[in-house]
Amino acid sequence: MAPPPYATGPERLWHYAFRLLCGLIFVFLIGPILVIIPLSFNAEPYFTFTKAMIEFDPEGYSLRWYEDFFTSQAWLGAIKNSFIVAFFSTILATGLGTLAALGMSSRHMPWRVPIMAVLISPMIVPLIISAAGMFFFFSKYHLTQTYLGVILAHTALGLPFVVITVTATLTGFNHSLTRAAASLGASPARAFFKVVLPLVTPGVISGALFAFIASFDEVVVVLFIAGPEQRTIPIQMWSGIREQISPTILAVATLLVAISIGLLTVLELLRRRGERLRGLTPG
Amino acid sequence: MNSTNLTTADGVPLKTSLRRAQRRHRLKAVLLVTPLFAFLLVAFVLPIMDMLTRSVDNPEVITYMPQTAEALIAWNGDGLPGEAVFAAAAHDLAKGSRERTIGHVASRLNYEKGGMRSLVMKTARKAKKWESGPYRELILAADKRWREPDVWLLIKRQSAPYTLSYFLSALDLRHGSDGSIESKPAHMKIYVDLFMRTLWMSALITALCLLLGYPVAFLLATLPMRQANLLMILVLLPFWTSMLVRTTTWIAILQSQGVLNDLFVWTGLIDDANRIQMIYNKTGTIIAMTHILLPFMILPLYSVMKTIPPSYMRAARSMGATAFTAFRRVYFPQTLTGIGAGSILVFILSIGYYITPALVGGQSGRFITNFIAYHMQQSLNWGLAAAIGSLLLGVVIALYMLYNRLIGIDNMKLG
Repeated sequence: MAPPPYATGPERLWHYAFRLLCGLIFVFLIGPILVIIPLSFNAEPYFTFTKAMIEFDPEGYSLRWYEDFFTSQAWLGAIKNSFIVAFFSTILATGLGTLAALGMSSRHMPWRVPIMAVLISPMIVPLIISAAGMFFFFSKYHLTQTYLGVILAHTALGLPFVVITVTATLTGFNHSLTRAAASLGASPARAFFKVVLPLVTPGVISGALFAFIASFDEVVVVLFIAGPEQRTIPIQMWSGIREQISPTILAVATLLVAISIGLLTVLELLRRRGERLRGLTPG
Repeated sequence: MNSTNLTTADGVPLKTSLRRAQRRHRLKAVLLVTPLFAFLLVAFVLPIMDMLTRSVDNPEVITYMPQTAEALIAWNGDGLPGEAVFAAAAHDLAKGSRERTIGHVASRLNYEKGGMRSLVMKTARKAKKWESGPYRELILAADKRWREPDVWLLIKRQSAPYTLSYFLSALDLRHGSDGSIESKPAHMKIYVDLFMRTLWMSALITALCLLLGYPVAFLLATLPMRQANLLMILVLLPFWTSMLVRTTTWIAILQSQGVLNDLFVWTGLIDDANRIQMIYNKTGTIIAMTHILLPFMILPLYSVMKTIPPSYMRAARSMGATAFTAFRRVYFPQTLTGIGAGSILVFILSIGYYITPALVGGQSGRFITNFIAYHMQQSLNWGLAAAIGSLLLGVVIALYMLYNRLIGIDNMKLG
């Protein structure tokens, strides 16, 4: 975008300087994430670019850290655990959270603000505090070092994301659409499935994705309440960074970035679909 | 016509009918929220309550030395207690030693006064062999430290089922020998400084996020939607990437054999021998956390800036304001809500951060949360961990209420 035609000389200069500044900030945001991708293909056990890598010598690159990852029992176990925990906690969080969002977006809901404050609090309370509390409380009922304990904890942590996303979708929901459906002869059930559900589903799915990633990336609570049986990918990474730092971690990090890109793409598609269904088009 | 006379088709007064319908709606809404609320109560609120109680809970002495605790009630704290207390103590110590419960008391007292663990354990071992009194002489002979009235005062103080001593420790205070509250000697002071450092560093991180986030949000809000959406991906991708990944990547970039130092050496900016220490210290924590929290600043700023019509700025310019004045007087004041929302959010998240300071903070970049983890996992002083946690939670809740007051929780959005 060019500067406006009425801009004076210094203003033009500022305009381009500002663009440059923003460009640098974007580099700061995205650069570090991009840097690890080539580093994960390093043939040497270093965390930096070797001479061979800079000269684009094929010898400098290898898949050895990926091989390491996919053949290690510890990592494979961690992948399994991460998916088990994230899967069940996402289902629980999405179910409970969607129901609650339906209630919270009703005009007739009493004490809306204080209840919302409680529902969102797992996102606000420092993880270390939630983790300590859950450790104390869950150990009384022998829930520490069990899958159930970790799943319940992650459900609690994922819930705010579902509640916020689905409530936001429902707040933007135009209720005259259901009335229009009814006036055209649809039964309430038909109106719900044909009109309400398609409009709300993108919100529910993005809420579920948030809950999934919240569980999938969570370290602190698992660190406190999980046993050796429930080691997840983040825990494995955490101990990898602290103990024997090897580029395998960079390979894992690259795979996790790929997962994030996948999720982000799905979200973006959902957002566009939602806008299209509401009759909004990107300008 | 009076409104009370209005009725529905089946003769029910309109007011009653309306009230009934609204009650039904309200009940439906409440029923929908109930399962989640109940779940959160059990899986989240009760655990937090549990932690809060643990910060004042003091069961050790009263549970494992019950007779001593009972006998010490009658003692006025002057000089050494009488034979009754010594007899009770000898009995409790012997019983605790046999049942292997005395260790709990020993550790509990050791939190308050160094050396108490060995004193209690040693005397308890001897007490097992004592057949008959006078116990006063036996205990005093077992270790001369029992001659200090302070030791008995400490046990008396810790016989209460609830205590403030964990909170005192968390604030670098302690009970003096006369029971009054005094500040700890300088070399034992840790936590107040750590709280201050956590707050100060979080403020700095928040300021950096604002400084970097404001221009980006402004650019995103003023660009045409298609371009803005594309650039938005550059903000959302880090937001969606695991913070462990982002911490790892900063280790790779900043460590002394890392990418940035290599680049500096290669360009001749620094000497190979003088690589800059940018990580495992304060700098590392600040850089990595600014990067991790920046999207939480950009997103609220962006959502506020998007609502500001561009015509306001053009109007200001057309009436003769310079670009800077127009920005300062017209645009900036309208973004204050966004600044408030982003700053409080980033600050709240920052003071409670644990993983990043633990991995890249080294000694100087540690946060108060690292000490909660230390007392939870290593020193096993759970009462102190709970007390530090409760203080931190107090700060967070105060900020959360401020956020709700200024912006409203309803307006919280994700991406």
